[in-house]
Amino acid sequence: MSQVNYDPDVIVDSRDATCPGPLMDLIGKVKSAESGALLELRTTDEGSKNDVPDWIDKAGHELLETVDQGDYWSIYVEKS
Amino acid sequence: MSTKICVVGGGSGGTIVANRLAEKLRPELESGEAEIIVLNDKPEQIYKPATLYMAFGRSELSEVKRPVEDLLDPGVDFRQKKAVSIDPESKQLGLESGETCNYDCAVLTTGSKLDMAGIPGLKEAGHHFYGPDGSEELREELANFESGHLVVSVMGVPHMCPVAPMEFSFLADDWFRTRGLRDEVEITYTYPVNDIFGLDTVANWARPLMEERDINIETFFNPEEVDSSEKVIHTVEGTEMEFDLLVAIPPHKGAELVKSADLGEGEWIETDKHTLEATRAKDVYAIGDAADVPTSKAGSVAHYESGVVADRIASQARGRTPSARYDGKTVCFIDGVDGNKATFLQFKYGEEPDLPEESKLIHWAKHSYNEAYWLTAKGLL
Repeated sequence: MSQVNYDPDVIVDSRDATCPGPLMDLIGKVKSAESGALLELRTTDEGSKNDVPDWIDKAGHELLETVDQGDYWSIYVEKS
Repeated sequence: MSTKICVVGGGSGGTIVANRLAEKLRPELESGEAEIIVLNDKPEQIYKPATLYMAFGRSELSEVKRPVEDLLDPGVDFRQKKAVSIDPESKQLGLESGETCNYDCAVLTTGSKLDMAGIPGLKEAGHHFYGPDGSEELREELANFESGHLVVSVMGVPHMCPVAPMEFSFLADDWFRTRGLRDEVEITYTYPVNDIFGLDTVANWARPLMEERDINIETFFNPEEVDSSEKVIHTVEGTEMEFDLLVAIPPHKGAELVKSADLGEGEWIETDKHTLEATRAKDVYAIGDAADVPTSKAGSVAHYESGVVADRIASQARGRTPSARYDGKTVCFIDGVDGNKATFLQFKYGEEPDLPEESKLIHWAKHSYNEAYWLTAKGLL
């Protein structure tokens, strides 16, 4: 569990989607989000824990935290 | 009591499922206890995999299309009508003509279509090979392209025939090589995620082949806008790429009726991956690109799904419990390596495919199948 209580502006629920679905879902929502928006990606695909942070780094956004929610992960991103 | 089955769409999935149903329900069709209707807005079916070859002058329009009516069993009622809405409560399809069509069971094979307007500037500056018109235009561009930067860019997933962008890149490499122009033409392949394909096995097979052939690779590349006057792609990642010829795999979208009837979250119909039943609408099945099942948007998927759906509907029509299940079987050829070598991948849900070494034999098997495809569309192969 996270120590921070995030209040995301956009929730991207990609649970049960396989690679590259979660990342592509996130990219789609980041494109339309406002600068500074907080997004939460929910994913059950373990690969997302690597490729999503890599993409966030390349695209210049900020990875706030990856939280293990038990049966899925929440990846919190702030759009630059 | 008669069972009325409406198949929406006259592509591969539509004709195969209708023909398989006609075969299974022959006695019921002849006695009037069953009726099979296929609705399609156009009179012809296009065999889309062959339009790739049209761009390189290896195939002609007349070879890639057939009248839908000629592909259907005589027991199937073909109507050239476009379905624009579906009301699962009243079991009724709304047609563009203003008419309605009631059903006991509907099979939605509404496919996917290109969204060239989905990326600003793409329509003005980009080309594609996913249909006869696009391929005809691209053939002229390729025939006159003697130097510069060719960019093959996958601009969204999922898209039809996932390996086709790789095939195009290999075919383009061979096209310019055989013309003595390869040193004058730089080729770049771009992909949205951090590898060149969604399946590791395929990516690991294709990457060295591309590198050996001097095909540049750019990953994490998600175009946001195409500047058609300056011929520059701008990406979500903040990067830019100049091009002289842009061959795009545009974003794809589903049929309007999917959204209007709220059959899924996005463009595709929420579908049980084994029974192929639409989860948000009773007595509605989804086949092919229209369904959101976790495998490729490929013709082989529509083919294998059609057999399952025909079996299930025939069982239901006879008062039996349907038992056929789709296991995710998918087969895709990857053609064009050095112009005349191919391999193929075959997998089911959750599996990584094995790829045999690319060979001329598999290339000719693929082209033989292209010729034989119309037997598949008729439900015979």
